[in-house]
Amino acid sequence: MQNIVKTGFVRAVLSLGYLYSGCAHAEFSGQHGIEFRVFPENAQYDDQFNGIQSSVYFEPEWRNSIDDNLQTVIIPHMRLDARDSERTNVDLREAYGLYIADNWELLVGMNRVFWGVTESRHLINIINQVDAVDNIDEEDFLGQWMLNLTWQYDIGRFDIFFLPHFRERTFSGDQGRLRAALPIDISAARYQHDDEQWHNDWAMRYSHYIGDWDIGLSVFTGTSREPRLVLNSAATQWIPYYDQIEQLGIDLQYTRDAWLLKFEGLSRAGQGHTFLASVVGLEYTLFQVFESNADIGLLIEYLYDGRDPYEAPATTLNNDVFLGLRYSLNDMQDTAILGGFTRDLENESGGFRVEAERRLGDSMRIELEGQLFVYSSHDAFTTSFKQDNHFTVRLSQFF
Amino acid sequence: MITQVSSKTFLLMVIDIMLIMMLLPTSTSADEVIEKGYQLSQRSDQSDRGFTSSVAQLTMVLRNATGAEATRMLKISTLEVADENLGDKSLVLFSSPRDINGTALLSHAKILDPDDQWLYLPALKRVKRISSANKSGPFVGSEFAFEDFTANELNKYDYYWLRTEPCGELICDVIERFPRYENSGYTRQVAWVDQSVYQIRQLDFYDRKDSHLKTLLFKDYRLHHEAYWRAHHLHMKNHQTEKSTDLLYSNYQFKTGLSDKDFVKGILRRIR
Repeated sequence: MQNIVKTGFVRAVLSLGYLYSGCAHAEFSGQHGIEFRVFPENAQYDDQFNGIQSSVYFEPEWRNSIDDNLQTVIIPHMRLDARDSERTNVDLREAYGLYIADNWELLVGMNRVFWGVTESRHLINIINQVDAVDNIDEEDFLGQWMLNLTWQYDIGRFDIFFLPHFRERTFSGDQGRLRAALPIDISAARYQHDDEQWHNDWAMRYSHYIGDWDIGLSVFTGTSREPRLVLNSAATQWIPYYDQIEQLGIDLQYTRDAWLLKFEGLSRAGQGHTFLASVVGLEYTLFQVFESNADIGLLIEYLYDGRDPYEAPATTLNNDVFLGLRYSLNDMQDTAILGGFTRDLENESGGFRVEAERRLGDSMRIELEGQLFVYSSHDAFTTSFKQDNHFTVRLSQFF
Repeated sequence: MITQVSSKTFLLMVIDIMLIMMLLPTSTSADEVIEKGYQLSQRSDQSDRGFTSSVAQLTMVLRNATGAEATRMLKISTLEVADENLGDKSLVLFSSPRDINGTALLSHAKILDPDDQWLYLPALKRVKRISSANKSGPFVGSEFAFEDFTANELNKYDYYWLRTEPCGELICDVIERFPRYENSGYTRQVAWVDQSVYQIRQLDFYDRKDSHLKTLLFKDYRLHHEAYWRAHHLHMKNHQTEKSTDLLYSNYQFKTGLSDKDFVKGILRRIR
């Protein structure tokens, strides 16, 4: 049923471009690339692969705008992974029609929406499900079906989201790296609500800027994008369990000279006791250092999460400090290096992450990522990943 | 009691008074150059008023000292803001190189305060409010600093008229201008403004050490709608690094019907 709805909708959206005889503008673009993830250490668990995980990916984009008030976008995403079948996937990231009126807009279809101001954790971002198997930095998202109505006034921007269909989180497969000790049986996922993935979720957001302040307030009610992992009856596998939650979110940024002060906070009910979580951060940029065009950004963030350790999905970022450095050369090739270090203040768990990127020629980009886990037996994530330190080389071409 | 003034003292007094009177015309002349400089710059600024909004395609060619080139293509939309205490609003949308296709920069310019700026990153669909204090930093790695690229507002500078001289086939007024806003990378600039259509023909930039850093040439001026002059070729040369950047404007459109609602933060999500 889902597929019929999807293909039917996609066909309708595509045909809009041909039906209308007004002024139309079409753009085709996108990227494809090849990626190698290298794991120098042997895997911790049986079934996991050793060595290099290579994959190719393709993400074309079709954009159409008709007159000034209709836009359609289609962005499919495909990855073929050589070692982990769970990482081989096809998804529709975006497939929507957007109607633009004088001070309101209506979006119908699949879209990706990002909310947030902090770097170490995208805490209040909730609309889209994380594509956790794609990359562990939680910056890849699955498409989300929605009806999104927006009003723009002088006092701010109001968004309301109707989310009729839920996307389950992706996880590494049994043979994959960066997985838990026990494999996760995605097909056996369970929901608190009987409507399961057809539960109607709702979200609202208010966003505005006043002088040096940017502010956002959000509300979500529906299926938690974060699953709890519960053991199956034989205690051989984890099963994702999706609770019903209500969440209030706030995001704030104060921008002054070379300083950025950032805050994200949430209050969530429905997973054990109602809890608060927050990220507070400071970013300071040194401009044109060493008598060159380069900038150095210094970042520090403190992460807190007061969730119930048993009845809420596990998190490693409950009392942590993040230190980051961003070095941008501002050269013709847009070379940049970002380094980050996270450390738990209660146990020794944490991680180091380095990302470097640079344009090659006119249309290619090379990216290098290094991830090192510092493990603590008190932390489930780093314990599972302790032999999964890796570096990634990614070569992409943009068209 | 009458003070007896000797004839020698009296002569000295007369000479002093004459000297003071000779000095007075000089300080009036200083006001004149400020007045003239401001008026000529105002005339140039006025010649640009009333365009309401404009959209132009831009090709930016960056050249380093060895002659290696990189090209960027972008579209710049500008909204004229009537309020004299605020600057214009602008939206820059990059289309090339293809890896930055869709990246956009929205600016609400101020006169003396730093601009309000938001950067849109298409990979994550994230809108980031950024610091605009770095006015002297390079705009996308080019030889144009942010302060060179944002709108030229009259009240951002103090002006001094220097002289009149020929500039190519025209006659130009040479005006020195000093940034009034903070964090400028320049101590001063020298502008050549022609006397026929009041447009800037050349701009020399002097860095914080007051040495001649860059020269900007405004070429290929074209008259649009019989009212607005626009240079379609800007050539910026950095004399210290030998790098240069060319800006080639095409498809300039005016009074395009844009308004404030096209320059709000929320538009960044749907600019393509």
